Amino acid sequence: MNIIVCIKQVPSSNEVRLDPVTKTIIRDGSQSVINPFDAFALEEAVRLKERLGGTVSVLSMGIPAAEALLRDAMSRGADRALLLSDRAFAGADTLATSYALSVGVRKLGGFRLIFCGKMAIDGDTAQIGPELAEHLGIPHVTNVYEIVEASESEVLCCRNMDGLRQLICVSTPAVLTIAKDINQPRMPSITGVRSAMTAPLEVMDTVAAGVERAWCGLDGSPTQVLSVEVPKRSSECIFLSGDMHEQVSALKKLIREEL
Amino acid sequence: MAGLIIDLEKCIGCGVCVKGCSAGVLSVSGRKAVIGESCVLCGVCAQNCPVGAISIEKRKDAFFNIDEYHDVWVFAEQREQKVLPVVFELLGKGRQLADARGCRLCAVLAGGSGISKQAAQLFAAGADIVYLCEEECFTFCMEEPFRALLCKLIQELKPEIMLFGATDFGRSLAPRVAANSKTGLTADCTFLEIDSKSGLLRQTRPAFGGNLMATIICSHHRPQMATVRPGVMAAPVTGNGRTGKLIRVMLPEHIDNRVQVIETAQIVSAASIADAEILVVAGKGIGSSKNMKLIYELAELIGAQVGVSRAVVDAGWCDYSHQVGQTGFTVSPRLMLSFGVSGAIQHLAGITRTETLIAINNDPSAVIFNISRYAVVGDCVQVLNELIFQLRQDDRGSKQ
Repeated sequence: MNIIVCIKQVPSSNEVRLDPVTKTIIRDGSQSVINPFDAFALEEAVRLKERLGGTVSVLSMGIPAAEALLRDAMSRGADRALLLSDRAFAGADTLATSYALSVGVRKLGGFRLIFCGKMAIDGDTAQIGPELAEHLGIPHVTNVYEIVEASESEVLCCRNMDGLRQLICVSTPAVLTIAKDINQPRMPSITGVRSAMTAPLEVMDTVAAGVERAWCGLDGSPTQVLSVEVPKRSSECIFLSGDMHEQVSALKKLIREEL
Repeated sequence: MAGLIIDLEKCIGCGVCVKGCSAGVLSVSGRKAVIGESCVLCGVCAQNCPVGAISIEKRKDAFFNIDEYHDVWVFAEQREQKVLPVVFELLGKGRQLADARGCRLCAVLAGGSGISKQAAQLFAAGADIVYLCEEECFTFCMEEPFRALLCKLIQELKPEIMLFGATDFGRSLAPRVAANSKTGLTADCTFLEIDSKSGLLRQTRPAFGGNLMATIICSHHRPQMATVRPGVMAAPVTGNGRTGKLIRVMLPEHIDNRVQVIETAQIVSAASIADAEILVVAGKGIGSSKNMKLIYELAELIGAQVGVSRAVVDAGWCDYSHQVGQTGFTVSPRLMLSFGVSGAIQHLAGITRTETLIAINNDPSAVIFNISRYAVVGDCVQVLNELIFQLRQDDRGSKQ
């Protein structure tokens, strides 16, 4: 079973602040980490490989520094990696990103399954998996929280659909998006870290990947961000006063009013 | 190729752009802003720049003849042959959008035999046209037949705007349809309006776990597509006797059959806290696992469900099915009592839709107070005990 796992580099913190004076957005510098949902997808792929044989390839579109992320994935059991990196990929929305990834998938080739995290914690769109499947013309299943059985030709899995558990049989090749807590991702092993340093990692720009540049990055993105703002939050919190007994009496009254 | 452009004549080297840069690639050198490698073109700097010196150049493409596209469409998602509540919310908003554009509001309804009975309520909620496809393959929530139908209808009838509910099914189906139509899709919107100048759909959605609100447009591609978060837009007051035109559409010739549902069952615990009207939430600040029983006791007294922060789950005091926050459940209760939750940003992301939040914490500077309506500063266990005591006393009083 050859599996491709798509991973994304995200900031380790979501924290953003609004500068009170200039009213501009400040993002506190933070480290980049693997999108947590992708870590579950990677672990699930490595487990399937250990059970059924085959290979796990990791694929990412990102800045050159994302190479470290792919090396880390290889220390956790992936066999090879492809990084799509080019300034022409910058500013991509989900359509342009999924298009570029579909080209990367074809470059890697020979897969039966593609795993993506259910969503990324910075964009929160959950659109890449289904859009990638559409570009490739293969079926997809979202929000998979259990893989019951897998063979070269089909996969039996459970997905959560608005509180319904659906047991689904999907023929391969297919894209699965993986929910959190499907497994407990492993830590890198010492031998894993060592072999990851020399494991095959290819970096391709738009030319090497053979993508249509007009479909990549900001140029290839139908959507564009008009503005971003930090949402206003109520700052009018009322602190209940008095001693413990009085505060709780007031609290109780508030609760009774709301019930 | 698209790129970030700094007008060096306008740039005053103030460095505001550097602070907001999401990729950390901007710097100031020689009193002018300089772009390094790896800019992701997020556009925050262009918005931040006080002198308008930064812009993003984008290649325009004329792939779509946008004048051919008309009408606002709503996907009338149904479950077991019943139209979901979010569809009526979409029709309410869709009506406003259609009126602003001076076009028709249409619903696409597909289901098994008997689904046509649902059309009347769609008209009552504002639809001018219902496109109906009544076939057995639409009985279950499977993406493939719905995808085939919607892609075909969009190609033939060219809607200007297409809205889906941001249910799990909607968020699985809509991206396939959008990618097939080679158009944009904005996920999980909480606000939609027509820009009065350009006539474009302005789509606002939370990003970064709710820490940012982004407004997004889709200028040159059609349809302009969005999934809309259930529960945030008001369902319309349905008009008595309002009717419209029912148009039956044919099933597409080819439907893939590569995904099959073997079995469907309710997940029992999972949905409950997400739908809870009243929640008692515990954080690590309640001190120890044995105090969870006070939380449960209070919850039972006021008919609430119990939620917890991630720290509580990680400590093993409660299982994941109760976790509230970005990596747990997003909740939208009428009333939330939050005990000993400090207010990590990931937790706050899951509770922003709470109507009345009352927080109890011994730290007067706890972040949770910033978004609370009422606050009690005090020891959580003492407050819990006292509150349970007082509630019980009332109960006893009322029974006498």
